[in-house]
Amino acid sequence: MTAAALTHTAGPTGPTVALRHLLTMARRSLLRMVRYPSLTVLLVVTPIILLLLFVYVFGGAIGAGVAPGVVPGAAGRAAYLDYITPAVLVMTAASIAQSTAISVAMDMTGGVVTRLRAMPVASVAVLGGHVVGALVQTLLASGAVLGVAALLGFRPAADLVGWVALLGFFTLLAVMLTWISVAMGAAAGSVETASNTPMVLLLLPFLSSGFVPVETMPAAVRVFAEHQPFTPVIETIRGLLVGQPAPTSTTIAAVAWCVGLSVLGWWWARRSYRRQRA
Amino acid sequence: MSTTSPAAIEITGLRKAYARQLVLDGLDLTVPLGTVTALLGANGAGKTTTVSILSTLVPADAGSATVLGHDVRSQPDAVRRLIGLTGQLSAVDPLLTAQENLRLMADLRLLPRSRRRHRVDELLETFGLAAARRTPTQALSGGMRRKLDLAMTLVGDPRVVFLDEPTTGLDPRARRDLWQQVRELVSDGTTVLLTTQYLEEADQLADTVAVLHGGRLVAHDTPAGLKTAHDAGSLDDVFLALTDPEAPSTDQHEEIA
Repeated sequence: MTAAALTHTAGPTGPTVALRHLLTMARRSLLRMVRYPSLTVLLVVTPIILLLLFVYVFGGAIGAGVAPGVVPGAAGRAAYLDYITPAVLVMTAASIAQSTAISVAMDMTGGVVTRLRAMPVASVAVLGGHVVGALVQTLLASGAVLGVAALLGFRPAADLVGWVALLGFFTLLAVMLTWISVAMGAAAGSVETASNTPMVLLLLPFLSSGFVPVETMPAAVRVFAEHQPFTPVIETIRGLLVGQPAPTSTTIAAVAWCVGLSVLGWWWARRSYRRQRA
Repeated sequence: MSTTSPAAIEITGLRKAYARQLVLDGLDLTVPLGTVTALLGANGAGKTTTVSILSTLVPADAGSATVLGHDVRSQPDAVRRLIGLTGQLSAVDPLLTAQENLRLMADLRLLPRSRRRHRVDELLETFGLAAARRTPTQALSGGMRRKLDLAMTLVGDPRVVFLDEPTTGLDPRARRDLWQQVRELVSDGTTVLLTTQYLEEADQLADTVAVLHGGRLVAHDTPAGLKTAHDAGSLDDVFLALTDPEAPSTDQHEEIA
């Protein structure tokens, strides 16, 4: 082995390299988005259909139950649009998380991760590339969903500070959902499993205050709904959107859940990456 | 086999078990610098496990392995900087073009900006992929994808290259193409360790053939040497003689030693 052979392999190390690798892997994720636009379209359209379905089919009846003094019909639909927009935003992030889990599982079960693990590339760069890609996708898709909600008559009352806080909190939520789903994808062992496990992220919002007030649920369901992460998360988003911030304790709970689950997802993802089964 | 040239790969007493299945049972093997060594053995003989341990993917249970003097266990990043791995499964991103796949590797290998484009173009040219550089790789033939896979392995000019069943599933022409690429690689001084199911591949490419059976090395010689030693006309016969599942591997080991 000659010295010349080593020159370009003996470059910088540490965080600088990890960051360069992360940016490279993030660029790959974005390129994949561009090359497979129908997936992104699907991920934007699905929550929009959900929104239309809930507002125009269920809204007239349910809307009267979510806000005091609302009569069924058009008023109910308007009230329900206001009520569920935060939940639909969360569902948008969760369905992108699901598709991210599938991408990660494809990397893990194919040869991509095998090759990357035999290279001096940190796991956080490989997995983080998927997270960054999913974040971009989530922010674009949720912007589109919010736009459609506005077209339907949703009028957020947030001021500038509220919007900045909302963007910050929603990004934190997306980071959390993505790290959990990246971990699920990395741990799955097959693409099929990776498409199933994140379903929990899509089902839990239904068992929260996202679609109906928890007060209307039977006691056992209500206790669960009040104590699972999506309720404080959705209440925080709702509060920021309507310009009446949720109680501090709710916000703290929401942020704590997001930070805690992000760390858990990151740890689980890294562990699964190192123990790749394929 | 030559013992005068320095070793690219040095394996001593390597052991590995998965669950209750013993895969490597004290493997010793030396691969000299700048040579092609083929690992032969029945399915489950430990070929892929050996490659996985050498390329830092899985830890061994016991024994030691070094690549260019770096211990795979204690200095994995030093090893990773010097090796390239083409695994059994395709590491090509099907949504990216051939050029983008190579560029991804060039970025991850931290090639300087000036050298990056040159290296990518050079590899596209060498591997006959220049015309397909802007084609998403899912539209390429299996042979082209495999060539791209190998080209991606070579972006960082690895000094030791591991090829795990590089030509499985390829048609004869694509296989011959790939062999030619491997030969050119070795003429540059790169060391190659490949696993294969095709005895002709070992015969064609390898300076030495290492036969694994029952998790141990049962023979290591030139293809010609193996045929002479076993009075066999082809490596097929040698393979069948050495990897008889009825015969206890330890006896064979002693017989060879």
